[in-house]
Amino acid sequence: MKGILMQKSVNLRSFLTASWLGWQIESNWTDPFLFATYSIIKPVAGAAILVLMYSIVTQGNFESPVFAYLYLGNAFYQYVPAVLTGVSWTIIEDREHYRTLKYIYTAPVNIPFYLFGRAVAKFIVGTFGVVITIAAGVLFLNVPLDWSQVNWPLFLLTLVLGIIMLAVSGLILAGITLKTARHSYYIGDVVAGGLFLFTGAIFPLEVLPVWLRPVGYLLPITYWLELIRRSLVGAVAEAFPTFTTLSNGDLLLILAASSLAFGIASIFIFRSCDHQARERGLIDQTTNY
Amino acid sequence: MSQPLAVKTENLGRIYKIRNNRKEKQRELLALEKVNLEIREGELFGLLGPNGAGKTTLIKILTTLLSPTSGRAWVAGFDVTQQPAEVRKRINMVSGGETSGYGLLTVRENLWMFAQFYGIPSDEANRRIKALAEIVGIADRLNTKSSDLSTGLRQKMNIIRGFLTDPEVLFLDEPTLGLDVGASRDVRSFIRRWMDENPHRTLLLTTHYMVEAEELCDRVAIINQGRVLACDTPSRLKQNLHHEIFFQVWVVAPRLLDEYSFLQINGVKHFHQFPEEDSLRLEITLEEEGALSEVINELTVQSARILRLEKREPTLEDVFVQLVGQRMEEVENVALPAN
Repeated sequence: MKGILMQKSVNLRSFLTASWLGWQIESNWTDPFLFATYSIIKPVAGAAILVLMYSIVTQGNFESPVFAYLYLGNAFYQYVPAVLTGVSWTIIEDREHYRTLKYIYTAPVNIPFYLFGRAVAKFIVGTFGVVITIAAGVLFLNVPLDWSQVNWPLFLLTLVLGIIMLAVSGLILAGITLKTARHSYYIGDVVAGGLFLFTGAIFPLEVLPVWLRPVGYLLPITYWLELIRRSLVGAVAEAFPTFTTLSNGDLLLILAASSLAFGIASIFIFRSCDHQARERGLIDQTTNY
Repeated sequence: MSQPLAVKTENLGRIYKIRNNRKEKQRELLALEKVNLEIREGELFGLLGPNGAGKTTLIKILTTLLSPTSGRAWVAGFDVTQQPAEVRKRINMVSGGETSGYGLLTVRENLWMFAQFYGIPSDEANRRIKALAEIVGIADRLNTKSSDLSTGLRQKMNIIRGFLTDPEVLFLDEPTLGLDVGASRDVRSFIRRWMDENPHRTLLLTTHYMVEAEELCDRVAIINQGRVLACDTPSRLKQNLHHEIFFQVWVVAPRLLDEYSFLQINGVKHFHQFPEEDSLRLEITLEEEGALSEVINELTVQSARILRLEKREPTLEDVFVQLVGQRMEEVENVALPAN
């Protein structure tokens, strides 16, 4: 019992201290303009490009449920690169730039919890982006979001579950980054960019060729985005054929099960990469800067 | 009753597999070979060897950063590969010659953060930071961002980080590398003071500075090419050389001397020359004092004029030369990949 409590205290300590450190690094903007660009203008500009493209393709049909589907999917998808990168980028940053990874590794720190903690700041900055994008959509683009119709318990549960799922999935990338001495920059962004196509973020999976759809069905992010949309604009989201046969409960169950499977696989992969990194002497290997 | 062991290694070995590019065939580099060491609790133990000897590799294994390819090692009684979490609770490490640290944080914040990882209460951490900063002379820089510190001051910050957690076993890997003479002296006196005040703490120090090993260490292991060649107190290591006589000679010569001619003289064991500003410094080891007259004759033959001649006590450098057959800097000049 004492051992479990001590381990809990190590995990909590690792997480909280890393969160503090992550925020110190992330918020240390000497130039407010840069901060605004990064956390506000970038997501709004990204959404604006998508809206413009949609407007051209549909000849300005903003009343179609497709618009809300696309807009909300894109807005919440910002969490994917933010959290994945937040977890994995820490390895590069600490090892190559600050050269502290070996000191973190030799301290009584739970490394996965440390990485999750470092991602908190990226999550917070990502949240600014999501909120601002949605606010812009509601205020200027008539995104049909009726706050009184939002299923808040489902939304909050889905959001929390999704963020945990993304953070744990980030461990896979962190493990790969640990083993990759070079070319591991922005691996979170690269992977998130790739998954954008397969997770129904901006179009239903039916748009994909039949042979590519199973990729989407295997990814928990797909179910997460669907549940987020359903909780915010239920009727609009249900208008699409992909998951019409599944209730919110079914989707929640699938999300939980697939997240659990991904989580177990992530922990296993991270441990394996960590072990190999120790065998190959990569924990303190610097290749850049 | 024997003292408990803080560090023990048993036939410890490490081979690196190296390949510079995809086309190149993988080759093996032996970094450590059958290292057997026993470091007692309370000892200040030195690992002395040239760059590339395997010192850092050994520290990496003992601090759980690197897996050995053969043998076993224990720190504070725990196996470094089987119980790494137990080891990490009891150790800390500082590497010299690098500028690690979160540059955006102040010195105090950097140190406080690491203290939190070790579960030191915030007030206690701040008290220790203040006390240690005063001892190493950076108390006035605690609120400076670490990116604004000079290399030497940053190294001092890292040294505080190592001592801050009051580890049972502390690993210092070349702690004075890159520091100026004054800063090195400060660090050495701080290390000695910490050991004197904490008699149950153990410190493993790697260095390639002979003076550092002689001045600080209770015992020294001399390591070269991954093998421990000797291990004893500095005085006992030097006692083994009691039958040898050491001379330092400064000469002015028209060119570098022909070392081979000197080594041909009966009784001359080692002969090394080092160009200095206006002269050559010769390090000569004789097996019998009588050989000195022939050495002087040979100097005359080679048109070298003696400026000064000193008989001196043996040093750890002489021990190294006796064991390896070369001076440490000569070994370092033979290219070995960094470990």
